[in-house]
Amino acid sequence: MTGQGKHPLHRNRLPALLVLLILLSGCSANMPGFMNPQGPVAEAQRHHFWVIIALVMIVVIPVIIQTPLILWRYRYRGHAVYRPKWYMSRWLDIIMWAVPILIVAILGSYIWRQTHELDPYRPIAGDQPPLEIQVVGYDWKWLFIYPDQGIATMGQLVVPVNRPISFELTSATVLQSFFIPALGSQIDVMNRMVTRLHLKADHPGRFEGKNMQYNGEGFHRQRFVTRAVDGDAFDDFVKRTRQLGQPLDQSVYRIIAQKGDNRDVARTLGLDTDDSDAVIRFSTVPDGLFHTIMTGSPIDWSAMTIPPPQQGTTRTSVIGAPSDHDTASSSDHPSSSHERKEAQP
Amino acid sequence: MSSRNTHSLEGNSRHPGLNLGPAHAQEEDTREEMVFGFWVFMMSDLIIFGLLFATYVTMLGGTAGGPGPKELFEMKSAFIETMLLLTSSFTFGMASLALKYREDKTRLVFWLVVTLLLGVAFLFFELKDFHTMFDKGGVPSRSGYLSAFFSLVPLHGLHVTGACIWLLALLGQMTVHGLDAPVKTGILRLAILWHFLDIVWIGIFSLVYLGGLS
Amino acid sequence: MRDAMSSIFGRLGWDALPFWSMLHDHSAMTIINGIIATGAASMVVIGALAAIVLVTWLGKWKYLWSEWFTSPDHKKIGIMFIVIALVMLARAIIEAVFMRAQQAVGLDGGFLTAEHFGQLFTTHGTIMVFFMAMPFLTGIINYVMPLQIGARDLSFPVLNQVSLGLTAAGAALVMISLVLAPFSIGGWTGYPPFTELSYNPGAGVDYWIWAVTLSTLSSTLTGINFAVTIFKKRAPGMKLFRMPLFTWTALCTAILMIFGMPPLTVATGLLALDRYLDFHMFTTDLGGNMMNYVNLFWAFGHPEVYILILPPFGIFSEVFATFSGKRIYGYKLLVIATMCIAVLSFTVWLHHFFTMGQSAHINAAFGIATMLIGIPTGVKVYDWMLTMYRGRIRLSVPMVYAIGFIMLFVLGGMTGIILATPSVDYQVHNSLFLVAHFHNMLIPGLLFGMLSATNFWFPKAFGFRLEERWGYRAAFCWIIGFMLAFFPLYVLGLMGMPRRSVAYFEPQYLPWMITAGIGALVILCALLCLLIQLWVSIRDRHANNVFAGDPWDGRTLEWAVSAPPPEYNFPVLPEIYSIDAFMTEKDRGQGWQAPDRYEDIDMPANSALGVVVAVTGLAMAFGLVWYMWWLVIGAGLLTLVAVIARGFVRQTTRTISASEVQRTHEHWLEQVRRTTPIKRSHEQSTANHGLPVPPIEGAVQ
Repeated sequence: MTGQGKHPLHRNRLPALLVLLILLSGCSANMPGFMNPQGPVAEAQRHHFWVIIALVMIVVIPVIIQTPLILWRYRYRGHAVYRPKWYMSRWLDIIMWAVPILIVAILGSYIWRQTHELDPYRPIAGDQPPLEIQVVGYDWKWLFIYPDQGIATMGQLVVPVNRPISFELTSATVLQSFFIPALGSQIDVMNRMVTRLHLKADHPGRFEGKNMQYNGEGFHRQRFVTRAVDGDAFDDFVKRTRQLGQPLDQSVYRIIAQKGDNRDVARTLGLDTDDSDAVIRFSTVPDGLFHTIMTGSPIDWSAMTIPPPQQGTTRTSVIGAPSDHDTASSSDHPSSSHERKEAQP
Repeated sequence: MSSRNTHSLEGNSRHPGLNLGPAHAQEEDTREEMVFGFWVFMMSDLIIFGLLFATYVTMLGGTAGGPGPKELFEMKSAFIETMLLLTSSFTFGMASLALKYREDKTRLVFWLVVTLLLGVAFLFFELKDFHTMFDKGGVPSRSGYLSAFFSLVPLHGLHVTGACIWLLALLGQMTVHGLDAPVKTGILRLAILWHFLDIVWIGIFSLVYLGGLS
Repeated sequence: MRDAMSSIFGRLGWDALPFWSMLHDHSAMTIINGIIATGAASMVVIGALAAIVLVTWLGKWKYLWSEWFTSPDHKKIGIMFIVIALVMLARAIIEAVFMRAQQAVGLDGGFLTAEHFGQLFTTHGTIMVFFMAMPFLTGIINYVMPLQIGARDLSFPVLNQVSLGLTAAGAALVMISLVLAPFSIGGWTGYPPFTELSYNPGAGVDYWIWAVTLSTLSSTLTGINFAVTIFKKRAPGMKLFRMPLFTWTALCTAILMIFGMPPLTVATGLLALDRYLDFHMFTTDLGGNMMNYVNLFWAFGHPEVYILILPPFGIFSEVFATFSGKRIYGYKLLVIATMCIAVLSFTVWLHHFFTMGQSAHINAAFGIATMLIGIPTGVKVYDWMLTMYRGRIRLSVPMVYAIGFIMLFVLGGMTGIILATPSVDYQVHNSLFLVAHFHNMLIPGLLFGMLSATNFWFPKAFGFRLEERWGYRAAFCWIIGFMLAFFPLYVLGLMGMPRRSVAYFEPQYLPWMITAGIGALVILCALLCLLIQLWVSIRDRHANNVFAGDPWDGRTLEWAVSAPPPEYNFPVLPEIYSIDAFMTEKDRGQGWQAPDRYEDIDMPANSALGVVVAVTGLAMAFGLVWYMWWLVIGAGLLTLVAVIARGFVRQTTRTISASEVQRTHEHWLEQVRRTTPIKRSHEQSTANHGLPVPPIEGAVQ
């Protein structure tokens, strides 16, 4: 662990939290999240985490060690010196203020630098041009649009390893927060606004992705799998999606916009729902869909250029079915914001 | 603090706006506390207006295609309202002077009634303004900008309404109890509120109306 | 008919009853949740009925009315605030245990519905902040602060009653929401657009808005009252820099209340306009901007954090000094540190939403500003350690809480610094790490402070000590329970578990969740110990009485009067010459003396305004929640009439004659003379009747 090497202080006898933290760094191999980072951002974050702990320990450890010592030494039945009127020592005061000021000064300059370096808006340098992905948050699922590839997925975000990814994010409903812990930062997504995020995966693998900002009863089910694959596998994925997916047209979009999680969408679309990680593929996406959703203007499907459906979209017959299966859509209020927005002049 | 017990009560009172009789040693401490407390309350209220001003500024762009300041506001009417309120502040000042330097209360009552009428006139013009805005489609449900407008300006109007009701209550107290210490402090505190609302209105006039029409 | 019903009952229908859905939908989940909700509702109803029956049976209504509900006495109002806080604390802890139980079995499911869980975490947070913490510290400041500055009451006793009334109305509204459900599921922060009408059309969010608004108004008025009292009502010679530290923190908290509460009033007010009058302040469409809400909320929320934590700082300062038998270390610097914290608290609100996409400059600036607060806070911790240093430390119950606080609080401070680092916050924001952090600040900080204060000042308020054995048990249960319940949440947060999840799908979370669940049970034990402690103390009240008034060899003025103090606190207002005023008196052998002469004392007369405001405030809020407009208008007019009518009242004081004051005071002095003074080694025995042995220079007492 990079972190543990930095602060041998940890070996002191310290209360439960520190023990836990050591345990943590020890067993982080099978821990989800940024303690087991899979990308440069998460790795830097883990590094910061330990640096800050090490610095703050300079103030924390004396308290934790000395408090019991003082309690024992100056106990009521003890024989140590007793100075009931002593209340001031210039030197102690100077140290007491100077040490934390110094630490905060160091931390401050450190933070200033790292905050800029890890700004989610800041593109990640790489040999290859970044892969653009547009993310739309719905009530309890995410839609991932690959604008350059003209495809989209739900339930699974597939990214190539070692290529920077540039996300544009918005929400079709309420405030949410898009997060892949193993890769790095989370970022809020809001309707009528676009936020940006830049991440990169170092290793192939499957990582958890989630929404961090509570948005109703399906909140905990708003998850997805991030699959980092090498370049060839990614191209293969794009090809397969174009072949196997169905076009994201008006009727499909209506299903997505209803309340429900990935599985509800898959079920309504007539796909296999046994595997909760299953990817829902969309072979074509109308141009400019993301920005139309973001601005909240009604989606004019006739004007959208939808390339002709490709082969493998035999399931379209199921799509037209109303969302009877959608467990969450039973509520009687408008199910999602953009439907309301159509009323807007 | 020890001066509390020993200070002389001859001549003018310690509080600049107050003219209490010599028999009110402890009374005056209480009254001074009430006035001070009211100042503190005004600070708290000022935060509310300050935040609403700030929110209003951030919402200026949120007209959502609806009518904006140029379509909705009339300088003439806003100017009349400003003048009414400024004059009322002046007449309240006259009332305060009458409270401090005059023994008879007719002059005080006169200025208070004039202030009240000016306040009511202000409210009348403001409501008329809102009515015109509504006719032009400027309703709060139309856009974020209009929502911000209608959360800021009518709140000031509500304050003025409250101040008018308070003024009436004080006139009522004066009828029942005469011009006693609580009434005097009441007038003093109302004066603070009245001038405060004047200042807030100047903010509204310059930021909302002048700023919107420029 | 239907129209008539809806004009009377608004949108309130049978479906508001907690068992209604159970009658229509017989699925296991609905029935389990229906039973839990019905059980909670019936506890509220049965509790209220039992209280009414009990009071009627004892024939105490008149006593309650004249001695408590209409009393302007700051001490009684303080106690009533604390009673509200304790009732709400019990409810919110039980809710917490349910949440922990749900999550302990929440791998892929659990027994609570998402809706029910949402209501639990929303009410838990709302209650703990607005109806437990705020009334608790308001109550303690109310009780102690006037005694510490040598005043007879607050500046505005009737306003104090109104504050109590508003808090009571808000607490009652939250309680009613159990019977006529639902409450909001939007979290205690109530972020729009989720809380807007289009996403949450039910009554829940409206319950939240009005309960919080009532509490906010109450706290604003309280803040004004406290600040004016401290500025204007100090005893002769009590300069600002002679005030006890608790009073200093009370002053800082009061100032924060005056400036920090209005942003929340604005935020909830605008949200209410959105929901009731179709405004578009925070909606997604038509130009609304939810980020304004977030800024307004945290412009309140961050000062609020220090409103909550500063009074405990003051309490611990008193406790450390008293139980170390030593003057507080670095008094002036502690005061300055407190002031620094108060001022800085207005400059850091943005750290609650680093992830909202601001530029890195802004995030970094607010992150650094946040760390600046760590400096004075760290200094305070060291000041407390140096207060114990070279003292004679008695590990009494308040002191155990204080030690628990100091050790755990620095860990919370450390995780706070981690959260204040924007780059790391991008990882742990909205996760259980955050939940663990603020509980780490609020339980060892605020709650231990309040419990420490309760153990410390209870003898002053009621005239007998709280029993120590159960006190220690409660304290240790709290400390252990806290560690078990919240340290695992740090780990879960690092593993990326979002807060407010009813269930999860990662098996790695399970062991930590089970540990946290066990911790919650230990905390439940702590609550039980507190109840037993209270019961045992009341049972043994005669043996443990401390009428002489100074059971801990106290240092500040509140210990100079009898326990409980007379209504007017001081027969003659004391003259102050130094900090630790009472200790100085004792040092000079001038404690427990009769004044040269007694005077008539004017005390505020009873007033029903507080009760009226409580009833009309509750009625208005309830009417607003259920759209019963007649109730809103009626109650509103009644409030206006009551306030105006109050202006016509001239008989606002009641005189206590000099002879009565003399009689009471001399009776007490006589009792003091009969009391055997004790050394500190007998502090926790029945020999302690509130009189310490006179101090000898430099000797251990």
